[in-house]
Amino acid sequence: MKKILLSLLVIVSLFVTNWAAAAADLEVNTPAITALKASMQARHGQLSPFYGAGAVGLTKDGMIAVKDAAAVPLSQRGSLSGLVSAENADRSNLYKEIATANSHPEWQSEIQSTFAGRWIDKAQAGWFYQSGGGWVKK
Amino acid sequence: MKKSVIALSAGAAAILTACVTINIYFPAAAAEKAADKIIDEVWQLKQGQEGADKSGSKPDAKPEIKPDAKPSPEAPAAAPAK
Repeated sequence: MKKILLSLLVIVSLFVTNWAAAAADLEVNTPAITALKASMQARHGQLSPFYGAGAVGLTKDGMIAVKDAAAVPLSQRGSLSGLVSAENADRSNLYKEIATANSHPEWQSEIQSTFAGRWIDKAQAGWFYQSGGGWVKK
Repeated sequence: MKKSVIALSAGAAAILTACVTINIYFPAAAAEKAADKIIDEVWQLKQGQEGADKSGSKPDAKPEIKPDAKPSPEAPAAAPAK
């Protein structure tokens, strides 16, 4: 009887320890995530002036969107939409990879909304972000 | 005896289920931390600050001769002279 109790206790404590270790941090150091970060970092050099000009803004769902294509010289408009869709593809993959790297694919949308808030918080003054139904200048 | 074993295993099962349930909850604080780290890297925010510091520091010709070299001690003195 005591043995049963003891073994049950051991099993329970093992599970609790396991859970505590898992809750400390999210895994973000996989090759896929590193590659996505590098790709986004390289693209940011090209996107940065577009944020500043108000041509591109941060959406409330953790993506970016063309806000005002007219803010960009005609010659650059073609590359603008390409950059935005490439960036959004990377972002979407990033959220998905973080969720799967932590064995919880269902966390993807929550990770995405966490990022959405943090992108906007860390954006430079003068950049545009989506709030409610419209664009707001930070 | 049998009853108590059944009760105990039921209790253990309940606790284990609770643990699994907790594990399914989204770790919001950890996610924010991860997001901050990744955004800093992608936007190179930490490096940007260092670069600004470097460009902001002017070459000082005489750094040690004047320790109190702040140029405007008269400006606050002029203010209360109404």
